[in-house]
Amino acid sequence: MKYRSVFDIIGPVMIGPSSSHTAGAARIGRAARHLFGREPKYAHVHLYGSFAKTYKGHGTDVAIIGGLLDYDTDDTRISQALETARKNGMKVRFHEEDAHTDHPNTARLKIGDDDGELELVGISIGGGKAEITELNGFELRLSGSHPAILLIHNDRYGAIASSTAILAKHEINIGRMEVSRKAQGEQALMVIEVDQNISDSVLNELERADHITQVAKISD
Amino acid sequence: MFRNVAELVELAESEGIQISEVMIRQEMKVKEMSREDVFAQMERNLDVMEKAVEDGLKGVKSVSGLTGGDAVLIQNYMKNHTPLSGNLMMDAVSKAVATNEVNAAMGTICATPTAGSAGCVPGTLFAVKNQLNPTREQMVRYLFTSGAFGFVVANNASISGAAGGCQAEVGSAAGMAAAAIVEMAGGTPSQSAEAMAITLKNMLGLICDPVAGLVEVPCVKRNAMGASNAVVAADMALAGVTSRIPCDEVIDAMYQVGQRMPVAFRETAQGGLAATPTGRELEAKIYGISLKKE
Repeated sequence: MKYRSVFDIIGPVMIGPSSSHTAGAARIGRAARHLFGREPKYAHVHLYGSFAKTYKGHGTDVAIIGGLLDYDTDDTRISQALETARKNGMKVRFHEEDAHTDHPNTARLKIGDDDGELELVGISIGGGKAEITELNGFELRLSGSHPAILLIHNDRYGAIASSTAILAKHEINIGRMEVSRKAQGEQALMVIEVDQNISDSVLNELERADHITQVAKISD
Repeated sequence: MFRNVAELVELAESEGIQISEVMIRQEMKVKEMSREDVFAQMERNLDVMEKAVEDGLKGVKSVSGLTGGDAVLIQNYMKNHTPLSGNLMMDAVSKAVATNEVNAAMGTICATPTAGSAGCVPGTLFAVKNQLNPTREQMVRYLFTSGAFGFVVANNASISGAAGGCQAEVGSAAGMAAAAIVEMAGGTPSQSAEAMAITLKNMLGLICDPVAGLVEVPCVKRNAMGASNAVVAADMALAGVTSRIPCDEVIDAMYQVGQRMPVAFRETAQGGLAATPTGRELEAKIYGISLKKE
């Protein structure tokens, strides 16, 4: 089941006009921001399908940038996000793509600064709910029915043990787990689906674990 | 966890509880939250809806200028006339319009189940309230009942206009509202399901064709009609009328229709009203030549 909570249906509280094209878009931007861990200096936003056709009318552009500025769906500063980004020195470019995607509301974000880059594909599935389907070239297969933690880490021994030990200490059960890497010894990704919500303090602790570079939570 | 409307109704009727109670108990379990916290969170959503209706009834205008002010027109009309469709009906319509006018003006709303269809549930709630005089708790329960039916639609079909057309958004919202009206009026869980089925049956095939891609034309008025459809279907269900096609099969039919709906009619601003001469003219005027689509 993609929707788990009644508040996915009655909610979110948000700035109009569209839950999928504004609120969902903001959540994709914010997921990218959290995974990147800081405000990026540049953002290339590729929009597909309905996103590409109607983003100006729906404020999808301001919403995604608002998300990159770490605004929540109900933050009234979203409407000024483009100006704020410019003032902060963030270079923003939008690309309307013709390519067909599996989901009509798809965005590909390439964000970064002098110290790093992150590429993420997000889809907005309706009612403000968003899913991340790809991260730095890793295809994500999230069931969507449980909260998930994404951990970007170095492909070294102990990375998995140190993070799962933290979850065990907090009595958090792992329902499903997947580890993939680009090449031996390079960047790797852990996707951990858990049974209960993860608090920010647990996320902070995971971030400090051995070989972990970035941490983010998907859906709550 | 209930997976469809049949299971939802069965859960409620076997335990002798309301649909809203089934939803509250499930939410407590899934989120590991106390009853008080779940209730409080929903009450905050109710507050947002109330505020949006208030703002809309004072009169708002969208940036494009396409929508705004109709909620005020209807309320003024009601002061001087007895509406042919009845006071409660036009009150629901004006409050649904008010909510979506605020949404179009980039104001704060609560998605129910989406922003484009955010008017149906609160519009009917704040109109029915004047006749049924519910407690605050019953008003919050109204939202849990709506949410329970929306939950089934979202998981078994879609609540996205880009995926399933307007039937998935305003159609779902109107059905959710109808089911909640029935519970507030003292109907049974199965009568709620009948009201949902009757409503959604009459929304099947509705396309998503926003002029200039804006959530304004025809979205605001579609919410007006969604709200009125909900009130009529609730009355029919309370009278004992049933749907020959069970609610879950109607939801499945809605999904199938959405799957086969051409892309032009799924929130791409390429068909329907968006592609009419006036629709195109408005689009050109709003975006100007510099922003014209390449």
